Amino acid sequence: MTKITYVEHNGKEHTIDVQNGLTVMEGAVQNDIPGIDADCGGSMACATCHVYVKDDWYDKLDEKSEGEDDMIDQAYEPKKNSRLSCQITVSDKTDGLIVYLPEKQV
Amino acid sequence: MIKTDALIIGAGPTGLFTAHQLKIIGLDCQIVDNLDKIGGQCIELYPDKPIYDIPAIPECTGEELTQNLIKQLEPFKIKFHLNERVDEVKKDNNNWEVKTSNGTKFNTPNVIIAGGVGSFEPRKFSLKECEQFENKSIFYSIKDKKIFEGKTVTIFGGGDSALDWAVELSKTSKVNLIHRRDEFRGANATVDKVHELAKLGKINLLTKYQLSGIKGSSNLESVEITHENKEIKTFKTDYILGFFGLIMQLGPIANWGLNLNKKTIEVDTEKFETNQKGIYAVGDICTYPGKLKLILSGFHEGALAARACFKLARPNEKYRFEFTTSSKNIKNRLGVKSD
Repeated sequence: MTKITYVEHNGKEHTIDVQNGLTVMEGAVQNDIPGIDADCGGSMACATCHVYVKDDWYDKLDEKSEGEDDMIDQAYEPKKNSRLSCQITVSDKTDGLIVYLPEKQV
Repeated sequence: MIKTDALIIGAGPTGLFTAHQLKIIGLDCQIVDNLDKIGGQCIELYPDKPIYDIPAIPECTGEELTQNLIKQLEPFKIKFHLNERVDEVKKDNNNWEVKTSNGTKFNTPNVIIAGGVGSFEPRKFSLKECEQFENKSIFYSIKDKKIFEGKTVTIFGGGDSALDWAVELSKTSKVNLIHRRDEFRGANATVDKVHELAKLGKINLLTKYQLSGIKGSSNLESVEITHENKEIKTFKTDYILGFFGLIMQLGPIANWGLNLNKKTIEVDTEKFETNQKGIYAVGDICTYPGKLKLILSGFHEGALAARACFKLARPNEKYRFEFTTSSKNIKNRLGVKSD
């Protein structure tokens, strides 16, 4: 189990044990974390699982998937540290990862 | 007022196959969709992406799947109402009265919601002040390009819509094109064209900037953009165009008195009926224990909902199950010869 911290826009923190192999999006959806919609179910066809990765974590994650930035263009208020949480796979390497949720997804 | 045995909301794969199932058992139906084309998410979100889990079709793209479903519906000449969003569903005795955004009215005993994740709407600027200028100086789609002639137009976005309009409007307007990163996601030829026009000074290209403010009273006057490194630029503009793709919103469906679970509609697994008699939900938008959001599940759900419609559309007839391989009735409906 790997600990992932989701910080809601209002500052409320949720630290969850997420099983390795799941995505950060799935970890949120399965644990009813508000703020991640994941309308397309993880097929990278929408931008409603958009998160901001804590700055010092951003470079430690695997590179963005091909086409991920194209979808992030369509996200709500994208920033430099924007990612789609369906494209971040949870592993021992991501233990302690902190992601911030945007004000809204749509 | 259009009378029909069943009205389908949503022209995605599930809505299309549900129409097929209704016609096969001898009911008529019409389809409403908010998009300007048939195919739903398959055509809007992933026309080129291959799908590998449609039974008996090893591989096909979203577009191919849509084309095949349309072909399967050809014998039935189904009436589509595109570019229309269903806004109201109201009880009218034993029937439902349905009204669309264009004012089209239907009266039907059966409403089948095959709405996916809701209707597609353009993503708008998050800045609150933009609302007061919407459809006056700020647009998310273009109906009449003539209004931009000789004016300064500031376009935001990095996809085909943003690039195509930047190229097109640069012929008659002063164009600023602003995108949040250096890479564009449009067709290569268009991206090259934009860079070429930028070099010639026909398009003022600014990347790594995003909208951060607007100024104006009755008319829009200026726009403020902020660079990734926090540097701010302000310049005059007459119009702002935003092309950030489409988002999906449940929209008016939330107001029809249906039992919702997150953004999905609760149904039974016999008729795929909601808590309202004669309103069904099929495909991604419905939920029940064990629901799988797969296209094939939508097909199954639509086939059962269609049978349930029969009872309300033909209360004095008895539904008889028939196979397409052997039924004369079905072959007549399909317009194929029976042997």
